Amino acid sequence: MIGIEHYVVVSSIMFVLGVLGIFLNRKNVIIILMAIELILLSVNLNLVAFSAFLHDLVGQVFAMFVLTVAAGEAAIGLAILVIYFRGRGTIAVDDVNRMKG
Amino acid sequence: MIQAFAFYLFATLMIVSGAVTILARNPVHSVLWLILAFFNAAGLMILVGAEFIAMLLVIVYVGAVAVLFLFVVMMLDIDFAELRAGFVKNFPLGMILALVLLCELVLGIGAYRAGAMQLGTADGTAAPLAGASNIESIGALLYTRYLFLFEAAGILLLVALIGAIVLTHRQRGGVRGQNVAKQVARRPEEATINVKPEVGKGVSL
Repeated sequence: MIGIEHYVVVSSIMFVLGVLGIFLNRKNVIIILMAIELILLSVNLNLVAFSAFLHDLVGQVFAMFVLTVAAGEAAIGLAILVIYFRGRGTIAVDDVNRMKG
Repeated sequence: MIQAFAFYLFATLMIVSGAVTILARNPVHSVLWLILAFFNAAGLMILVGAEFIAMLLVIVYVGAVAVLFLFVVMMLDIDFAELRAGFVKNFPLGMILALVLLCELVLGIGAYRAGAMQLGTADGTAAPLAGASNIESIGALLYTRYLFLFEAAGILLLVALIGAIVLTHRQRGGVRGQNVAKQVARRPEEATINVKPEVGKGVSL
């Protein structure tokens, strides 16, 4: 029977895929943002699975807040990407040194 | 039986589409595979009875976030071949790190399953209401105990909305907009003149 461990294993595989995506596509910001979405998706799956198996709805409420933050993050990230592309004509992240931080 | 079959189907499809998302050459394909991953995650959530979050995932992620990604990928004229330059070089080290991370996570889950650790149990104050649907129970919890957090989430979305508009909005020069005040203030005397040109001579405008 499907237990909590199955869900946790699936969501940890998704998490690792997200981390690997950030590592492999180090230049392409769009793929990096998509990998972050994958990570947040795996976290959501984990929260929902624990919430269902423990009969406690707080996990699902928190998954909703994670969803909210993910939506805001994607919107702001893509807006920054658009203005960066407007100014530079490229989205390669390894030469983002304009602010000399 | 059917539940186990559905679980393995959704889980396999989700992992495969997640892998193709990060490996695809064309970012448009990446976004489409990401959408498939979201759909399968929603299926997994429905399997454990969390219909509300599953539908929210489909509406918010597929309907808004993925379309936003697609829009940006197609709007910007980006040379994606150049951006994949470091891919092959990073691949071995990335795979090693990912495997180590995955082994550690699975080891942790195995340790939990072996009974070495005891996780806390729910205190029952947020249990699903008896006889109520999933969305009804979530609503009863969200609008009472988590009301202020819910409002804060709304403010967060408002800030993100305004921030995205402020960031991408630009004043464009050389645009001929309508000047209503100038139009209203215009009188016939200054708009038309009566000239009597001689034959063969033009008029100066």
